[in-house]
Amino acid sequence: MAVELDFAAVLSQWPLLLLGVAWTVGLTAISASLGVLLGIVCAWVASQGPRWLRPLVASYVELIRNTPFIVQLFFIFFGLPAAGVRLSPEWASVIAMVINLGAYSAEIVRAGIQATPKGHIEAAASLALSRMQSFIFVVLPPSLQRVWPALVSQIIIVMLGSAVCGQISTPELSFAGNLIQSRNFRAFESYIVITVLYLALSMGARLLLNRLGARVFPGAHRG
Amino acid sequence: MARFKTALWCLLCSLPLFLEGGWAHAQGALDGVLKSHQIRIAIPTDYPPYGFVGVDLQPQGLDIDMANLIGAKLGVKVELIPVTSANRIPYLQTHKADLVISTLGKNAERERVIDFTAAYSPFFQAIFAAKSIPIKSPADLSGKTIAVTRGAMEDQELTKIAPPGLEVRRFEDNNATVSAFVSGQTQLLATGASVAGVMMQRNPQLGAEYKLLLKDSPNFIGVAKGEDALRLRVNSIIAEAHKHGELDKMAQKWLGRPAGNLPD
Repeated sequence: MAVELDFAAVLSQWPLLLLGVAWTVGLTAISASLGVLLGIVCAWVASQGPRWLRPLVASYVELIRNTPFIVQLFFIFFGLPAAGVRLSPEWASVIAMVINLGAYSAEIVRAGIQATPKGHIEAAASLALSRMQSFIFVVLPPSLQRVWPALVSQIIIVMLGSAVCGQISTPELSFAGNLIQSRNFRAFESYIVITVLYLALSMGARLLLNRLGARVFPGAHRG
Repeated sequence: MARFKTALWCLLCSLPLFLEGGWAHAQGALDGVLKSHQIRIAIPTDYPPYGFVGVDLQPQGLDIDMANLIGAKLGVKVELIPVTSANRIPYLQTHKADLVISTLGKNAERERVIDFTAAYSPFFQAIFAAKSIPIKSPADLSGKTIAVTRGAMEDQELTKIAPPGLEVRRFEDNNATVSAFVSGQTQLLATGASVAGVMMQRNPQLGAEYKLLLKDSPNFIGVAKGEDALRLRVNSIIAEAHKHGELDKMAQKWLGRPAGNLPD
């Protein structure tokens, strides 16, 4: 018996799919920007920041990197209301993704910072740059350049990880696929369609971020 | 770019693998069950009192009793497969289960993709909310938020009556749906009466109560499309169990009321 694939049944729901793609892209864009920023701040604290803050950042990084994303998401959405913090599913998703990416990118950026030759920092000091100026203008840019491919991979992982945000009813792409599937029972077709969409999104995002990297850090890696 | 091409190829090449499985064996479910002396039955574990995990970590409930009854009448071993509302029909479609006994209501969309036996237990879905929220008709739902399990019967019924101003929040399984309501993430809850009963019992502080009937829908057993031999056999087991009062006893034990009249 041959399989009848009825893609029309899935594709006719294109407004839902489009909304899903928009949410996935939006969630990723926001959490990538804020998450990498958070990661840079944490990496700064871990490498040069105030000593009293370091254990705090270290605990944050360890806590997030050693627990599943879905548990973090459920904690924020289902757990925090007990403490009086009630977030919409969308806000809970963004916050969970930022916190998650922040911890991973902190470690990635820290690795880049640690690889900074001592001479650079000494040169900055001899030019009378403050510690902050030295970090922002001398240490950070080449560090980011070194770890850019790793950061891009992590951002893609977070984008794919956003698939679980549908569990708390954020209308992202896999939520759309699941909803369509549970309405017309075309599970196979639905998942093929969202697989292809995810693949396209990942490839597009990687291409875009690699271009951005090459732009911001001339002479850097090309993927 | 080379890597992207490889990825694309991998995807394309793996498609035929997906297509192979599952569809090859229609009509053979009853033979398969009798030959292997084992029947795989999909049951809920998140829907008390129909199916839930007891303190001994074993699934129990009305649907599990029904599964064991059918296994006993067929003289085969029962393998219970825990499923959620959202994936129970795909389990049948992909032949991962021979029967689905999981508070499954009958409707036209579902009849297109699977077959149903006669009904075996009563059920109804409704909207629940705190006493302080007045809801008399579907129009009163406007401007509220409501939690519902995606793809469940109540989702479809709710979608039919939902006014434009109602914000529907769909969750993956009943536990998440109930959690969303209990933690105050939504004002209303659309679910089966039994689930709501347990929820209200465990959370008296919410002051939740029954508001609006969505649908009276007895439960049926799902079989894969075209498995007539298995369906008719199960039908005769149900009819006999109904006649001998076993269905009434089961409903009395778990729901506190007899099964009453059930549609075929």
